[in-house]
Parts: sequence; C-alpha cells; structure tokens
Amino acid sequence: MIRFVNVSKEYKNGVIALYDINMEINKGEFVFLVGSSGAGKSTLIKLLLKEEGITRGKLYLNGTDITRVPNRRIPFIRRKLGVVFQDFRLLPNKTVYENVAFAMEIIGASPREIRRRVPAVLGMVDLSRKASSYPDQLSGGEQQRVSIARSIVNNPPVLIADEPTGNLDPETANEIMKVLVEINNRGTTVLMATHAKEIVDSMRKRVIALENGRIVRDEEKGGYGIEI
Amino acid sequence: MGLASVTSISAVLMILGIVLVLILSINNVVNDTKLKFDEVEVFLEDDITDFQMTTVEETAKSIPGVISIIYRSKEQALELMKQDWGEDAYLLEDLETNPLPNSYIIKVQDLELAENLVNSIKTLDGVEEVKYYKDIIDRLLTFANYIRIGGMIIIAVLVFVSIFIISNTIKLTVSSRKREINIMKYVGATNSYIRGPFIIEGVLFGLFGAVISIFIVYYAYSYLYANMNESFYNMFTFYLISPESILSDIAIIFLTIGAGIGAMGSILSLKKFLNV
Repeated sequence: MIRFVNVSKEYKNGVIALYDINMEINKGEFVFLVGSSGAGKSTLIKLLLKEEGITRGKLYLNGTDITRVPNRRIPFIRRKLGVVFQDFRLLPNKTVYENVAFAMEIIGASPREIRRRVPAVLGMVDLSRKASSYPDQLSGGEQQRVSIARSIVNNPPVLIADEPTGNLDPETANEIMKVLVEINNRGTTVLMATHAKEIVDSMRKRVIALENGRIVRDEEKGGYGIEI
Repeated sequence: MGLASVTSISAVLMILGIVLVLILSINNVVNDTKLKFDEVEVFLEDDITDFQMTTVEETAKSIPGVISIIYRSKEQALELMKQDWGEDAYLLEDLETNPLPNSYIIKVQDLELAENLVNSIKTLDGVEEVKYYKDIIDRLLTFANYIRIGGMIIIAVLVFVSIFIISNTIKLTVSSRKREINIMKYVGATNSYIRGPFIIEGVLFGLFGAVISIFIVYYAYSYLYANMNESFYNMFTFYLISPESILSDIAIIFLTIGAGIGAMGSILSLKKFLNV
C-alpha cells in the first residue's frame, strides 16, 4: 500500500530530516510511527501528502510511483489519503454535518451521495446527535471524531493520523483509538504518528520507531520502547 | 474594500473610454477625408491668364488617372461655403469682397496618382496652391498613432495598478479564509476548485466597475455630442462619432477588460495560499 525505498529528505536549509528510509506498509495494517520531536515523523507524513518533495529514493502509494508528480495531480493523490491532525482543523462556521459534507463537495460528489454517506459516517463515529452542532459546542474528543469522520467520508484506502490524541486526555484518547481501530477493521490502512507511550504499549500493533531521521526499530506487535 | 476595487476599475475604464473616443473620432476623420480623397484642389491666382488656365487644364488631362476637371469660380465656392455653414451662413453676408479663389477640382482614381499630378501642376504659372489630402491624411494617421500608443501606455499602467489593488482586496478575503483553503487542500481539492469562488468575486467587481464606467462615459459623451457637434463641424469640418454607434463597442470592451482585471487580480492574490 505504502512503500518507501531508500528515501532521503534534505530541506533547503541543509537539515537532513530523513535518511535512507525503507519501509513497506501493507493493505489493512495498523502502524504506529513513534519517535521524539524532530525524529522525522512529520516529515515522513509530509512526503506522503506531497507537501514536501523527496530528495532521493522512491515512494509508492497503492503501487503507483508518486516520487515526483506534477502539482495538478497532487489533489488526486490526497484523495486516496484521509488525514487527521492533532488540532482537528474543523471549520468553525460550519456545523458538524457541513464539515463532513464539505469534504465530499470538494471532490464533486452528488448531493444524493452526500445525503446518504454523511449520516452513515457520523453514525460510525457516534456523533449522529451532534450533526447540527458547531465545533465550538463540542468537546475535544467529539471534535476529533468529526475530523475522523471527514477524513474517511470519501473512503480513502489509507488514513494518516498525525498525533490524533495529542490534545486529548487519556480517556478521550482511548475513545479515539477505538474509532481508529474500528476503521482499520473495516479494511482501511492506518498510519498513526504519536508520542503516547501508553496507547502504543496497550495496542500491540506494528511499531516503526524513528530516531534522527532513521528507522531504528520496526516490529510487529511492538511497544513504544524504553529507550525514548 | 470592494469599493476600492470597483472604483479603480471604473477609473481605468473611464480613461480608456476617453482614449477610445479620441481614436474612434480620428478614424472617423481619416475615413471622411479618404472620401474626399479622390479630389485635388488647384487654387488659382486672381490674375491668371486664359493661356495659363489652358496650360493647367492640358497638363492635368495629360496625366494618367485623372477622371475629370471641373472649374469652380470664386462665386460658386462662396455659395458652397454658405451651404456648408447652414445656420451660421449669415456670418458670410458681411464680407465686402469674396476672399475665395477660383479653382479647379480635379478628380483622380487613386491618391498615389495624385502625387504625380500635384508635382507637375504646382509649379505652373498662375497656380497659387494645390490642396492635396494625402498630407493631411498622413498627418492624421501619425497623430492617431501617437494617441493610440500614448493611450495604450497609460492604460497598461492603469490596468497594472488596478490588478494590484484588486488582488490586495481579495487577499484580505483569502487570508480570512486561509484555514478553509488549507483544509480544502488536504482533503484533495484542486486549485481550480478553490480559485473558483474568488475568481467569481473578482470578476463581479470588474463587471460592476465596467457597468458604472459605461454609464458615465456614455452619458458624458452624449452630453458633449449634443452640445458640441455642430460647432465642432464648423471648426474642423468633421462630425463627431455618434454616441449610439460606439455604445456597444464600449460596452463589450469595458466588460471584457473589467472582468479580465478582476480575474487576474484574484488569481494573483491566491497564488501564495495555494502552495500547500
């Protein structure tokens, strides 16, 4: 599903953020990407989203080489990747329903499809009752669930979550993890970058650890690791 | 803030309107003059002898391309002038002597041939002056070109300025929706999808500015036309171009340029925000 082959990333200011990354994430996997700040997690996600270009190496998504693509194709790559951020990134002047529907409108879905799909996704994240609320009327956990609903409403094969529990208390974080696991169980590949040791340790999923831009550990059913 | 955009676009278009009216009027004069083009007027000295007159006629006839030679006495010339002046003809009643000369009106097929004719006639005895429209037309064309080039430069500068103003105006709207644009980019919106509404906003500003300036230019020019046309004709012997005949041209040109400025402005203002 996602394959990095000898990928390096050097920023224009000379900082080497990723060094010779090789990894393959298969369809349906749930993968934690761990490491301290500055280890390269964000850069790795930015490369996948085509927010930053790759200096060396090859990157494949769904079997397609996306190492270098023209700017006008980037939106179509992003449609294959649902993204959830630490800060939710919801539109404050739109209701929960509209925030989710918005993602479908952008890719040109028909109103009929939108009316059918949005309530279903809101049901999945258990927010049907809050459909007409505005983001500032919701708790952090609820807001993050809206953002998850938005990220999966177009059925992307991959969900990328960048510190999705970073702003939430442990209990709420667990709720979010349940939702992510459920999405994973439905067949979506999930790649989650995180700092949360307890979550990683309790889930026993594949863990890829980054340190100073290199992969230092990649194990099935791993823990966060004691060294960090 | 929208007001600034609309005003700057209207201002640019109004100046464009003035330049256009000037250019169109000059074209009108050129065409008008071209109709008189097939004529060469040979003004004769009052004390010309019959022999000299015959020489002029014979010389003219011998030149290829000459269609006809008509003699016009000074009395006929004055009569024609009275007709031309219409209501103002009474001004000519007070003349004690007729100041107009006797003349030959020579019709030619083509102005290029007239040049030859003029050269051989103007040196003959008894010929005071040969009036020849090519010079006038050449001079008019040069003048029209100056106006056209000058006008284009002024308009180019103003178009640039108003694109700048409108792009700054829209930049305000864009930055207040920066978050939304950012989210759209992550969800996979294409640049053209994001640009759409902003371009519509810019184009609407442009069209609105265009409509305002069409009204102002049209009514201002109609007023000028209604009050000045007759005296203009008497002074320069040509009519101003009528407001009705330029309205549709001006409307099309203004709406196109207005919309173009608006669209360009919004595309420029978005450039920075689309790089995510």
